[in-house]
Amino acid sequence: MIPVASMVDDDAAMAAAVRAIPRLERQTFESRALKSGLLTTLTWAAALLAAVPLFSVLYMLVVEGGARIDLEALTALPPAGFEQGGGFGNAIVGTLLMVGIASAIAVPLGIVAAIYLSILGAHTRVARVSRFLAKVLTGLPSILAGVFAYAAVVLWMGSYSAIAGGVALGMLMLPTVVLTAEEAMKEVPQRMKDAAFGMGCTRSQVIWSVVLPTGLPGILTGVMLAVAGAAGESAPLLFTALFSNYYVSEMVEPTASLSILIYNFSAMPFDNQISLAWAASLVLVFMVLIINILARLIGQPKV
Amino acid sequence: MNATMTPNRVTIQEAAPVKKTAIDDVVLDCKVRKIHYGDFLAVRDSNVPIARKQITGFIGPSGCGKSTVLRSLNRMNDLIDVFRFDGQVTYHGKDIYARDVDPVVVRRYIGMVFQQPNPFSMSIFDNVAFGLKLNRFKGDTHEKVEKALRGAALWDEVKGKLKNSGLSLSGGQQQRLCIARAIATEPEVLLMDEPCSALDPIATRQVEELMLELKENFAVALVTHNMQQATRVADKTAFFGVDMSAGGRTGYLVEMGDTDQIFNHPREQLTRQYVAGEFS
Repeated sequence: MIPVASMVDDDAAMAAAVRAIPRLERQTFESRALKSGLLTTLTWAAALLAAVPLFSVLYMLVVEGGARIDLEALTALPPAGFEQGGGFGNAIVGTLLMVGIASAIAVPLGIVAAIYLSILGAHTRVARVSRFLAKVLTGLPSILAGVFAYAAVVLWMGSYSAIAGGVALGMLMLPTVVLTAEEAMKEVPQRMKDAAFGMGCTRSQVIWSVVLPTGLPGILTGVMLAVAGAAGESAPLLFTALFSNYYVSEMVEPTASLSILIYNFSAMPFDNQISLAWAASLVLVFMVLIINILARLIGQPKV
Repeated sequence: MNATMTPNRVTIQEAAPVKKTAIDDVVLDCKVRKIHYGDFLAVRDSNVPIARKQITGFIGPSGCGKSTVLRSLNRMNDLIDVFRFDGQVTYHGKDIYARDVDPVVVRRYIGMVFQQPNPFSMSIFDNVAFGLKLNRFKGDTHEKVEKALRGAALWDEVKGKLKNSGLSLSGGQQQRLCIARAIATEPEVLLMDEPCSALDPIATRQVEELMLELKENFAVALVTHNMQQATRVADKTAFFGVDMSAGGRTGYLVEMGDTDQIFNHPREQLTRQYVAGEFS
């Protein structure tokens, strides 16, 4: 035996003992793994639970409302008391009309305001104050928008009207449009603006030819989300547009809307009206869904 | 180390075969007295004439104000509120900093290519046609766009996909697209602010070759961090230094001359040290 060799052997044995091969296999019942598994399950369950209301509502709407959807329901006028059949065509038209009026008010105003907030006067006191107010306005209870429109439009014009309903909805849309459009335009990279200035663009040319087109998908997404929100509102229409059993023929008269029709019919003691309320709800949800899908499609970056 | 930093003489002679041009045809005569950002004196006393059919390279350590001077040449710095220019930039006998000059118009004659490729989020065609539309060009836009893309050595790569987004191109292609966009309106002067610093070596080489073609038609001013690039493409080189004596970092022109002279027979000690790679 040569001592040196045995020394080397001992060292090697020591090293092997110290560096025992770690156990890399998953230890299912180790406390750390158990905790992790438990928490993962919890978050998964919470996510599922959050989706339950939506899917149960959708399920009920499809089951109860789907049965009643036909051409008559989509086009006919609302039935009276014990009448059978009928539909809510006027309410669809009324909702579209009022959302249209609201968009005509909120979209141009909102985008112009957003141009000021994001580019022209981003750091001015006016911008800071109005940005803050817009954020406050997003939290405004929708019924207060109705109260405002009642005072500002209904009392002044002397009649419930689609215009008053549109103003109330527009007021609710405005902050969403302003804030999302501002964000979309801020996201236009500074180097694109530099390039435009470097080509000899004036400030308004930079805004029109570069900032607005580049930010357009984001702006449209915001507009669509605002429209979807406004289409489902009922409270602000209660004392602005009221309701009507007929198709709208002029701007200054009470106007039907899907949400108010649902509110009215669901409280009635007649099966016909109640089933129509279900069908109208399905139509409304479907409209909002389509608008939301459109918003997502438009918002996708094109490269 | 020093051996590699010393510029290759053969390259210089290839890049600048015309030595001692009789008289430089100066198109943009820049005489900076002082450039301030707020109270901060950024650049002082720098006279940099930019001549036609030449590439004028701006080199120097970071913070020496070479980009500031370049961006003063088409009044891009006016977009910074606190910027103040004291001096003259004479273009066709007119000081572009004169009170009655509209900076927007100046920028249409003196084009710019930026450090980061910055195409607009629109089609390749629209990117190049952008300046033409801006100038209300009434002729054949297609012809002009093709000419500009050919001029930027990009036509063969994009001719089949002019409708695709400019952002779909690679970095080097995007930079050449930006050059095409800048030359489409046929400006007299092209300012390039480290146009290759965001590009890989192959794309850099393509853009450098392109610059050598461009100088036939334009006066090119090129800021570069890369001394080899200056020796490869620049006819004239302006070396800027930093003066710390006044408390801040103030840039100034140390010397300017033929690229060959600056790199091989510098008059100033500072220039010699810089081109030898002793500081950066």
